[in-house]
Amino acid sequence: MSGKLDLDPVVVRRARRLAQKAGRPVVDLARSHTTMSVERAVLRLAGVTGADADGIPWVNRLVDAVVADVGLGHGAALPVFDALAREGLDDVTLLAQKAAAGSVRFEVPAGKAATAAKRASRRAVAAGIRRIDRRRAERDRLIKRHGDPAIGLGRGAASDAPSETDRKRPWIYIIVATGDIYEDIPQAQAAAREGADIIAVIRSTGQSLLDYVPEGATREGFAGTYATQENFRLMRAALDESSRELGRYIRLTNYASGLCMPEIATLAGLERLDMMLNDSMYGILFRDINPIRTFVDQRFSRQIHARAGIIINTGEDNYLTTADAVEAAHTVTVSQLLNEYFAHEAGLADWQLGLGHAFEINPDLPESFRLELAHALLARELFPDAPLKWMPPTKHMTGDVFRGNLLDGFFNLVGAMTGQGILLVGMMTEAVVTPWLSDRDIALQNVRYVLNAAGGLREDFVPAPGGFIQSRARQVLGEAVELLERIVDDGLLNAIADGTFGIMKRPADRGKGLDGVARHEADYYNPATEILEAAA
Amino acid sequence: MRPYGDTTGDGMVQLSFTLPVPCDKRAEGAALQLAGKMGLDPAMVVHAKQMGERFTFFVVYGRVNHLVDLSAVQVVERDFPLLSAKDVNALIKRRLRRKLVVVGACIGTDAHTVGIDAILNVKGIAGEKGLEYYRELRVVNLGAQVAVPDLVEAARAEKADAVLVSQVVTQRDAHLHNTREMSAAFREAMPADRRPLLVVGGPRFDELMAVELGVDRIFGRGTTPREVASYLVHALITQKAKAA
Repeated sequence: MSGKLDLDPVVVRRARRLAQKAGRPVVDLARSHTTMSVERAVLRLAGVTGADADGIPWVNRLVDAVVADVGLGHGAALPVFDALAREGLDDVTLLAQKAAAGSVRFEVPAGKAATAAKRASRRAVAAGIRRIDRRRAERDRLIKRHGDPAIGLGRGAASDAPSETDRKRPWIYIIVATGDIYEDIPQAQAAAREGADIIAVIRSTGQSLLDYVPEGATREGFAGTYATQENFRLMRAALDESSRELGRYIRLTNYASGLCMPEIATLAGLERLDMMLNDSMYGILFRDINPIRTFVDQRFSRQIHARAGIIINTGEDNYLTTADAVEAAHTVTVSQLLNEYFAHEAGLADWQLGLGHAFEINPDLPESFRLELAHALLARELFPDAPLKWMPPTKHMTGDVFRGNLLDGFFNLVGAMTGQGILLVGMMTEAVVTPWLSDRDIALQNVRYVLNAAGGLREDFVPAPGGFIQSRARQVLGEAVELLERIVDDGLLNAIADGTFGIMKRPADRGKGLDGVARHEADYYNPATEILEAAA
Repeated sequence: MRPYGDTTGDGMVQLSFTLPVPCDKRAEGAALQLAGKMGLDPAMVVHAKQMGERFTFFVVYGRVNHLVDLSAVQVVERDFPLLSAKDVNALIKRRLRRKLVVVGACIGTDAHTVGIDAILNVKGIAGEKGLEYYRELRVVNLGAQVAVPDLVEAARAEKADAVLVSQVVTQRDAHLHNTREMSAAFREAMPADRRPLLVVGGPRFDELMAVELGVDRIFGRGTTPREVASYLVHALITQKAKAA
């Protein structure tokens, strides 16, 4: 502990141990189950691409055909590569097309056929993972060439992040969301020119509940743009252009969540996205996706992100928009600890953990700013090597844009004083309109002013020993430990079923996507997991 | 009366906007021209700032000479009060003394759950949480492409107080046909006093067509979960009490 809050290291260790204990059974569940989307992700790595005339990806048609013949529990790799050999084909997409036409029968191979299918599938998937590796190496090269804005970390920086111990400023994160990728591109490039380090393309409302990933460039979305491989590629290419022009590497963010989480993670790795929203419980709580499906998909996605060098962003800010930000402060800490455990277990390093939290305390509450400082500093000190993601006020933005701009200024100040790594730029027109050009400009001006005026204040900001901020932080940590104890006693799945987080009750046998979950059969085989776990 | 700056009747207003031109004298002239056409006379450009290569942001102060005639103001009043989540929950708890049950679905071939999910999912829309977030509501979201008989059956099994149906696709007036079919099915299956409140929503509905379509309420584009929740409480609790 760097000690600004004088946290008791025994309590901190206890919190981590409890999170591990609470998360362990869920990891066991994830290791013994698979989902439709995990199997589709494996086949995407093996080279299945494209979609049929109705826009349904071939990979969906293929996995559906496999499941219809032999079920999901053996995994898709063996039946598919066995059929490929029997049909005398070498193109998995062609096999998918034949399967969709009903001219291929799948079986679970045994003996020599099984050994051959295993070897062939592993070779194909390894080629896909090598493509992800090459994209990661390419990112490293581009960062070296174009330069990287130094990121804020609690203390010494980690391997792949900039090595400067005392960084200049957080990464500035801006959202674009027009629904039309060709409209998003100039907006993203303009935002980068105005100072954004990270561009996030918000997804179309409802994509999380689609059980397939749309194909191609898209020009229509609801309050966001569809995540597709082609959209990823177009935006990454545009931002590479901006990186060259601006002399700093501009990062691209999207969302690995919803029913297709593992596939989207895979596409992100293949197209060199740099950050992905990837919370362990968001889909369960806020989208009513089946808990087991989510945890299985989650683990695979995080293994891919680990391999691809992608930084994940977790969604703790969402709890504060549903629950009271003071009363529920400890649920954020608990979720951060769980997210950390699940991430480490899946092979992610600390520098890849953009753990989330937000400035959402009611500004009418006395000392609300000091409470925000206490909560933000608690996260900083608990996770000193993680690039925390600091989210702006939304719940108490009312349409009074003048007050909104002031709140955003205070939000930026907390970010500067507590060394947050990723600063999502708040808009004074939050809850009014999707940001106008001028809103974004004013918001960035606000960020620049605060970072310029108080960027180094963190050095001088040492809360008084035993004072308000230290006491509050310790109280939140104490409440987090109590909640973790209850979760350990109850079981995490039961806690989720009982509505512990964000007040939603989500039983393990309900929710969307449950029918796409299966327990592993004895001969289940997943070459991607095998390769990813061997490396970890 | 006129707007109030610092003296009665001075008519002062402030205004900000962006013009797609680089910042120079001509741009300021253009801003003044716009302000003039909007009825500001005199107008002052108090701030002009270039954004990117080809945009300028302006703040303009000026006097408007227009008079506002209060007696001629006409407003369409919402016929139910807009309540906070807290008030909705409190009313249900106090007056209904059980959870209010809402069954939602997209019916027919419509697979666009965007609307129903925006209203029902906790995630919500426009910064408002969906109905699932309300402690005193029990929400059953049947999802997409639900057959009308299944919806009626689910409403019966769940003892629904209200049924919410979302229709996005409007090809060949599918949304109108589907809604009529749905309301007819409920009329057939249940006596009037046992029938749940029928509510449909979608971006292309005319909110005045409720009677014609046989439903209790239609919500159009831009409806938020809070409006729906407030309406449910109004129709099922407040109004019923008045009628009784």
